[in-house]
Amino acid sequence: MSWQTCCCGIVLGVAITCGAAEPSWIRKVPEADRVRTNPYDGQAEAIAAGSRLYANYCAQCHGSEALGRGKRPSLRSPEVQQATDGEIFWLLRNGNRRRGMPSWNSLPEPSRWQIVAYIKSLGDGPASKPVRETEGTQR
Amino acid sequence: MTIFQPVAVVGRASARMVLLLTALFIPIVCLAQEPLYFVTYSDYMEEPGNLDFTLKSLSGAPKYGNPFLSQTLELEYGVKGWWTTEVYLAGQHTSNDSTIFTGWRWENRFRPLPGEHFINPVFYVEYENVSFADKSLLEITGHDSVSDLLLTNAQGRSEVERSLEMKLILSSKARGWDISENFITEKDLNESEPWEFGYAMGVSRPLAMAARGKACVFCPENFAAGAELYGGLGTTDGFGLRATSHYLGPTIQLRIPYGPNITFSPNVGLNANSAGVLYRFDVSYEVQQIFHSRGAK
Repeated sequence: MSWQTCCCGIVLGVAITCGAAEPSWIRKVPEADRVRTNPYDGQAEAIAAGSRLYANYCAQCHGSEALGRGKRPSLRSPEVQQATDGEIFWLLRNGNRRRGMPSWNSLPEPSRWQIVAYIKSLGDGPASKPVRETEGTQR
Repeated sequence: MTIFQPVAVVGRASARMVLLLTALFIPIVCLAQEPLYFVTYSDYMEEPGNLDFTLKSLSGAPKYGNPFLSQTLELEYGVKGWWTTEVYLAGQHTSNDSTIFTGWRWENRFRPLPGEHFINPVFYVEYENVSFADKSLLEITGHDSVSDLLLTNAQGRSEVERSLEMKLILSSKARGWDISENFITEKDLNESEPWEFGYAMGVSRPLAMAARGKACVFCPENFAAGAELYGGLGTTDGFGLRATSHYLGPTIQLRIPYGPNITFSPNVGLNANSAGVLYRFDVSYEVQQIFHSRGAK
């Protein structure tokens, strides 16, 4: 095996590994959506509103602390926190129905940006691995 | 005729069961993002694992007929992100007559395309087993008219219609507006009757696009308003807008945070075949993440 073949194999292996680590939906995001910026980025009022919206709509699956529930992923994970605002907004709009993530397109666009602002305000949490929550959002 | 007797026998018991189930589940409430339409469907699908209870009430006082109150309990479950299934149990009370259980429906909605598009299609298939005494008016098809509401309960409950209903649901979102159109077709499975057709369309929008930072109940983002138009389109033997009924009405919805959604609409009949005014009132509440494998990632 030549060194060129070996290098190509390593590069390919790293690429595949990185690709596997990346959530599959991120690869579907068009570039125009990926680079969109959040009009509410860092605004305390919007983050507070996003927190309320998150509790209403998102906590049922991702947990009240956004650490994930069961197989539903943590939103404090590096994969999510390193995603751009535009990528998360795209996911909220389109969902990932085959994987159980519904579309939230029925929420107005400003409300979805507020949720993005809240999610990005969480930062990397202690657990990127989903944890089982005992406290529920069921009422 | 004997096949119709069980419906008549279980009528009162089932009507009580509908009321009992409603009372039992009232305290279990959560916010849902479902739209405010009564007849029209949008591309909204129940979130996987969530079970939504809706009590649909309809009251009317048709000319030459007795005032009535129809109540339908709807149980909607999100099986998958692309598949929602529902069961309906319907009953009605007619003044100077009686209170009866009128039948059930099983509905499935499928969303074939992943992602959001300019127009989002949803396929709808429903099996109905309802008596002619049903006054829920969940859709208008064929030559449905106000005369159907004039039957006494004894006359109506003696015949049960088993039918297959299909809809093509088209829905778009633009600048906070929801615009939905439904094309309806129904086939009676009992008899060799022609295919019946109907339509429904609706537009709606939240009163505020962005949420507030502080919790509130009566703030604009918790309200949505819109309008709905629906009616029949005749049958394969006589297609068209005539000899059937049509209704138009404004709709308003309050989504109480951590509480139920409450929706109200007065529907005005648009021609002589329609009842004068129908008043529709819904209360819905959602139980989150039950029966679900949590297999998503």
